Amino acid sequence: MTNLADLTAHELLGLISRKEVSPVDIVNSCINRIEMYESQVKAFLNIRDAETIINSIREDEPYSAIPIAIKDNMLVKGQPATCASKILSNFIAPYNATVIKKLIQNSFNIIGKTNLDEFAMGSSTENSAFYPTRNPWDLERVPGGSSGGSAASVAIGFSIWSLGSDTGGSIRQPASFCGVVGLKPTYGTVSRYGLVAFASSLDQIGPITKDVTDCALLYSFISGYDPNDSTSLNMPPYKFSPPKGDIKGLKIGLVKELMGEGVDPSVRACMDNSIKIFEDSGAIVEEVSLPHIEYSVPTYYILATAEASSNLARFDGVRYGLRANGKTAEEMMFNTRGEGFGPEVKRRIMLGTYVLSAGYYEAFYLKALKFRNLIADDFKKAFERFDVLISPTSPILPFKLGEKISNPLEMYLSDICTIPVNLAGIPAISIPCGFINNLPVGLQIMGPTFSESKLFEVSYGFEQATSFHKKRPQIGGS
Amino acid sequence: MDYEVNIGMEIHAELLTRSKVFCSCPVQFGAPPNTLVCPVCLGLPGALPVLNKRAVEFAITTALALNCSINRHSIFHRKNYYYPDLPKNYQISQYDSPIGIQGYLEIETEGGRKRIRIRRVHLEEDTGKLIHSGGRITGSDISFVDFNRSSVPLLEIVSEPDISSPEEAKEYLSNMRDILVFLGVCDGKMEEGSMRCEANISVRRKGSEKLGTKTELKNINSFRSVERALIYEINRQIDVVSRGGEVIQETRHWDEKNERTVSMRGKEEAHDYRYFPEPDLVPLEIEDGWIESLKSQIPELPDEKYERYKKLGLTPYEAKLLAHDLELSVFFDRTVDLYNNPKNIANWLLVDVTKELKDRNKVITETSFTPEIMVELLDLIDQGVISGRIAKDILPELIDRGVSPKKLVEEKGLIQITDISFILSAIDQVLRENAGVVEEYKKGKEKSFMFLVGQVMKLTRGRANPKLVNELLKKALG
Repeated sequence: MTNLADLTAHELLGLISRKEVSPVDIVNSCINRIEMYESQVKAFLNIRDAETIINSIREDEPYSAIPIAIKDNMLVKGQPATCASKILSNFIAPYNATVIKKLIQNSFNIIGKTNLDEFAMGSSTENSAFYPTRNPWDLERVPGGSSGGSAASVAIGFSIWSLGSDTGGSIRQPASFCGVVGLKPTYGTVSRYGLVAFASSLDQIGPITKDVTDCALLYSFISGYDPNDSTSLNMPPYKFSPPKGDIKGLKIGLVKELMGEGVDPSVRACMDNSIKIFEDSGAIVEEVSLPHIEYSVPTYYILATAEASSNLARFDGVRYGLRANGKTAEEMMFNTRGEGFGPEVKRRIMLGTYVLSAGYYEAFYLKALKFRNLIADDFKKAFERFDVLISPTSPILPFKLGEKISNPLEMYLSDICTIPVNLAGIPAISIPCGFINNLPVGLQIMGPTFSESKLFEVSYGFEQATSFHKKRPQIGGS
Repeated sequence: MDYEVNIGMEIHAELLTRSKVFCSCPVQFGAPPNTLVCPVCLGLPGALPVLNKRAVEFAITTALALNCSINRHSIFHRKNYYYPDLPKNYQISQYDSPIGIQGYLEIETEGGRKRIRIRRVHLEEDTGKLIHSGGRITGSDISFVDFNRSSVPLLEIVSEPDISSPEEAKEYLSNMRDILVFLGVCDGKMEEGSMRCEANISVRRKGSEKLGTKTELKNINSFRSVERALIYEINRQIDVVSRGGEVIQETRHWDEKNERTVSMRGKEEAHDYRYFPEPDLVPLEIEDGWIESLKSQIPELPDEKYERYKKLGLTPYEAKLLAHDLELSVFFDRTVDLYNNPKNIANWLLVDVTKELKDRNKVITETSFTPEIMVELLDLIDQGVISGRIAKDILPELIDRGVSPKKLVEEKGLIQITDISFILSAIDQVLRENAGVVEEYKKGKEKSFMFLVGQVMKLTRGRANPKLVNELLKKALG
């Protein structure tokens, strides 16, 4: 019999409602997985003890039987929230993030907080101050990042689903690397209240799941207006209905600039195959050019670091978190930040401080804002002609630990496919579209703002025609 | 003098909103430290600001009262600097699109009325407060931070350097305070820090086109110190220039104790605040209808009151005193509605009532005195029921107990005596007992008459109608 930890939430909910499985068995199945493989995968920074998890099951609340993992940059009251940083290593969240409040209202069973690149800055989860997470498909390789722990957890069945956050691809790229589904929703549809900010104008929380139906289902629980987040959009939350997947006549644009030189030939092959699957299902695929997309990476690294340099200023040892010694308040703050932040975070704070400095603001920050608008306009124009756009989620396959960590620029450039989406504020989903040497490859589908329903339809259509989403990683041949 | 002085003022006014500007914590003074705080005003990870609409309305109202134009599209910026009392290590403020711009405030000068141009009116958040053990930052081992004041709304009002003397500066400040108090947006208490001020000062040779180098003066925390600090700083600059030296652009600190200004930091050490648009807030769109409705609610301000009072027949001196005292002027207006002798009312309010209030250290609304009581008292005098003397005698009781003057004089038997035979018998007795004085009067000593009047009044315990006493005594003395 299939292991329960390998099933999707909607499958498990069906089994529960038909009383074919006991909620405790589902939860135990995930706990067993954790006991077997967590020491190798290291997806979590903090796991609640098994007894607490089991005691959280409520007879009449089916979602309490479907374990969920939360990226450790979201606040769960009473639990640590470290952001994988030394500076918050002793920080216990004193309040719940809005998304967590929504999950708790529906009795979701939060089993732990997952590993990430420190303050969500990175693409491999190697920038965690504590330890890297490994890819369940190949323990020598990274799970992607920054939501690497959340993606790995779902792939290996530590949790049935999870939440990640996405500033430049941090949900989609790890979903792609771990062979699962990840959605970066439209900016403003999911509250950021209680998400530790990296780059406020780009950050968005989203689901990581095993298939598209689960993704839509989890998104329906976390989306919706929040008066505590001024950038939250005052519109009704997404209402879940099972996608039908009819994509006949759909017009799909293949983004030319994201199929260029840097794309690994094996990824390109998977894209060619995906196009064929779409066409076989009756969709029309044409190439489209978004000329300003090539400036996405520099634009992003100016805006995101500028915001980060200011957002991370509050970690100073005065009120919470790590406090280093110092003879004066200034010295204490200086030492705290020196000891508390890792090299990548420091690099980005310095970069962001620089681009905002007097005399450079116009040349960098303002210019980047202009490019951000140009990129958003490119998308708008493209969506006049196409229902959705597609690209690889990542131009490269999951790489080996340590392979890119010494070359930050190369690491930054590998986010070329996902970054434009955050700059434009539009939604995008990554779904499995193939395997190369047992390593997953992800397909990114992008839509205009508030087109999440459409993205679910299109990706479900693709999913129905394939079986990539059914593959599960095996560790140690078990 | 061969020098012209240019002073620009920067005023910070704490707004009297019920809650803070970016969270719902109450605005309240004197609460135990750190009891009026939440994740937002403590700068906890993940917390987000939400703009207080009332604070915006106070800002718009003030800007309108200062004849500013209102920016229909106004945005907030982050002002980045590190200080332990600033929980996020940035202050949410406004930069290049403040709520109000290009207004003016009129002041009275020796040379007539003068317009001081207002450059900008903007909304920002206050910081917390540092409390040093031992009371001073130098030499203290521990400092505490109280965040109750963190994120209290502050209005910053910046003038052009149109002020030409310390007297004008004081007049500007006092007019500004009155406007803020009359609008009900600030309590104007400089000594308690709810209104704070900084000044920039420069001197130039008379006739010189170019402004001199300015210094910025901080820590001027009372009306008294404003004038004195400015006098000191102007003299210091003139001294430097007249000796052929140059004023250095710097920030100086007013040392209240030693009555001098001292250098805090030079131009090179000036902060680079790295302003950039606050990504956690959306732009503030101010519609015409909103402005119109706020405009229509602006109460009568001191200048208008002053003109109206002069038309009611008050002297400019009386009109000014009343027009700049919110509580007294409201009391006056209500009393004038009930009793048609403004001059008489003003006289009572500005002399006798004001004296009683000063003794009690209270404003009129903090007592039991009402316009109705005032009118009843004046009626009693007009009708000859009591003398002005008696009225003055019972005033303290009316102010403290708020009783009816009519009942009070009845109870105490203070009703004026107009019974001629009664008065005559009193005169008789006085003349008999003071034969010597009568002799002196008859010899031409005018003063003796007043003494005899006094004796009659004393005998009747002040109740005899003074006019009748005068007449009858004259007759009796033949």
